[in-house]
Amino acid sequence: MVVSARNMVHCIMFLILAFLNAAALFILLNAEFLAMLLVVVYVGAIAVLFLFVVMMLDIDTKKVKHEVRRHIPSLILVSVVLFTEILLAIKASSIKSYNTESLYAIPKDQHNINAIGDVLYTNFILPFELSGAVLFVAMIGAIVLTLKDETRFIRKQKISDQVFRTKANSLEIVKVKSKEGINL
Amino acid sequence: MNQVNNIPTENFVILAAILFCIGLSGIFINRKNIISLLMSIELMLLAVNINFVTFSAALGNLVGQVYAIFVLTVAGAEAAIGLAILVIYFQNRRSIETGDASTMKG
Repeated sequence: MVVSARNMVHCIMFLILAFLNAAALFILLNAEFLAMLLVVVYVGAIAVLFLFVVMMLDIDTKKVKHEVRRHIPSLILVSVVLFTEILLAIKASSIKSYNTESLYAIPKDQHNINAIGDVLYTNFILPFELSGAVLFVAMIGAIVLTLKDETRFIRKQKISDQVFRTKANSLEIVKVKSKEGINL
Repeated sequence: MNQVNNIPTENFVILAAILFCIGLSGIFINRKNIISLLMSIELMLLAVNINFVTFSAALGNLVGQVYAIFVLTVAGAEAAIGLAILVIYFQNRRSIETGDASTMKG
């Protein structure tokens, strides 16, 4: 539905639905913090960002053609091949539980968010800071890209010009003859 | 196969595979529409995240969840930058078709 709906707003609604489903699955997997993160960050921020852009840009959907026909064979081929490969890999493999004595074992007596915080701020502090830097660069980049050069349209007060304005360079007295006028 | 809350791990992995394939086919179907491309990429990243969290829960290891957080971060940054580029592109060309991008001049 996300990829096949004609209306872009419907696509985004289905994307939000997919994210909410994934959040519910994360709760089933005892990963409450990631579920919350998915709902708050994705549904709250990124999906709304998509919605804003789609509604702001006002794209007429008739113009955006779905050129499905030409690509359908390659699409089916790639998807089916990839899916069967993954399926075969899943069937062939057997996941065995690792020993839970390792450093990053999920603790039984702590909440999920507590455990993640413990690991994230000690062992993974460097990647954490780096991801912060990535977000910062993305923020600055987005601002720089979309900020227009507004200085041409703003008329500011030029105080020094006003102070140095004298009678000599701003005022001229002319005698206007009758029925001739003047050239300014 | 391992189980978490009586659900076999297989099911989660197969779901992630299906989601990934949907995202991939979305890229093929909506080649002309940049917003749909971005949404398909988000879908694929979500599938990857589901895999990470599934194996994190199945193996009793916390690193998968931590890594999923980083994937979320990068996906958010990518979406923000992509949409910003899209906005200025639309302002310049009044359309969001990918084919037009080849006519761009620096």
